[in-house]
Amino acid sequence: MSDANTPEKHEAGAWARFKALPIDSTPKTLLVAVGLCLFCSMIVSAAAVLLKPIQEINKVLDKKSNILQVAGLYSEGMDIEAGFEKFETRLVDLDTGLFSDAGDAVSYDQRKAAKNPLKSDALENDPAGIKRRAKLAAVYLIRDDAGAIERIILPVHGYGLWSTLYGFVALNADGNEVYGLQFYEHGETPGLGAEVDNPVWRKQWPGKKIYGDDGTVRITVAKGIPSGDAVQHHIDGLAGASITSRGVDNLVRFWMGEQGFKPFLDNLKKGAL
Amino acid sequence: MSQSNKGLLLDPLIDDNPITLQVLGICSALAVTSSLKVAFVMALAVILVTAFSSFFISAIRNQIPSSIRIIVQMVIIASLVILVDQLLKAYAYEISKTLSVFVGLIITNCIVMGRAEAFAMKNGPTASFIDGIGNGLGYGLILMLVGVVRELFGAGKLFGITIFETVNNGGWYVPNGLLLLPPSAFFIIGLLIWAFRSWKPAQVEVEEFKIIAPKGSH
Repeated sequence: MSDANTPEKHEAGAWARFKALPIDSTPKTLLVAVGLCLFCSMIVSAAAVLLKPIQEINKVLDKKSNILQVAGLYSEGMDIEAGFEKFETRLVDLDTGLFSDAGDAVSYDQRKAAKNPLKSDALENDPAGIKRRAKLAAVYLIRDDAGAIERIILPVHGYGLWSTLYGFVALNADGNEVYGLQFYEHGETPGLGAEVDNPVWRKQWPGKKIYGDDGTVRITVAKGIPSGDAVQHHIDGLAGASITSRGVDNLVRFWMGEQGFKPFLDNLKKGAL
Repeated sequence: MSQSNKGLLLDPLIDDNPITLQVLGICSALAVTSSLKVAFVMALAVILVTAFSSFFISAIRNQIPSSIRIIVQMVIIASLVILVDQLLKAYAYEISKTLSVFVGLIITNCIVMGRAEAFAMKNGPTASFIDGIGNGLGYGLILMLVGVVRELFGAGKLFGITIFETVNNGGWYVPNGLLLLPPSAFFIIGLLIWAFRSWKPAQVEVEEFKIIAPKGSH
């Protein structure tokens, strides 16, 4: 029996034969492709997993600084955590419009809740394109020294052209006049739909009235300037971003309407809270 | 540093600039130059990606089968871009929000692919790394030049610091809004190319065709 037939030799022979193949041969091409993909995917997933906690902290801080900005309390370089303590964070039951103690308001994650069938409702009438609406929402209140509510910050979201826009609407104490609007997360086209972030466009919002005298939602985002008393409810849409503008229109009208914060704001106006 | 390495690093700045001579990477140069801070971070990201992708591609260049070489280059470039994007999201969140999709689009930046295919596949890792840095710097230089013009005359600022007080803030300067819009970068890059080629006539391309006067006309 010759040595060449022992398994070890045979294996070494296969390896030697493989090594001798030209680089362009199919087995070597497959080896390079699979090996490189495995290596690169490991690097990428390691980076994503290791950096995730830091990215999450950034996201939370960014959301808080956006709440501060929309409330007009933000200044460059401020301590965001300390500034955020001015807010009273409460959970609101959207159906009844009353405060709810069904959980911790500060750590409440409305996005997660919207995916949970126990904590959210599927929408039949869904102009904002959000499919499911969480039963609870966290609102942020600023009270003056006497304890009266001075400003109300409400979370809103809805679908634009490519993405869901997440933001806040700040209202004055009457629950009708807009103090500001700001989005903190969206994926709209830079230079077009992403102009919802443009301070010049956002400057239109303060002072506008959400509701008409009869209590219906009248705030509108549309192109052109209307006449008469509609002006105080009208925001000029973004040029070159009709669908994003319509998305903002739909989402603000949805969240200010009966399915959104209207019951809560009505209770607030009646002094029932 | 040896003479040839110095050439690899410095030639792409003026003499062989990827934007003004090769006219590559224009898309992102239009999009990210309205503010200097963003342009700076973008330039840094491109320098890193070009240098390291050239390095890694050059290191395994003898093992890359030519039938899948473009895909192999893309996989390496894409992994590095994702890495840069993740790092920005972790350590420079504000800027990563402004850069948004443009970091991801470095993958398709012709400069990175161009250096991988034209240089790194034929040269050693060290030379490729230096070549990558040089071309990234050449790209960054033009980005910064365009950014200075656009931010200074479009917003009266440099790196976010007010230089010209604008009329809106009670100053004297009426900003040129066109400069904040992407088309203005086209004009500025065009003017830069003209300036470079007037300064160094060797960069002017030879005409591929001569228009011949039709018969019978004098």
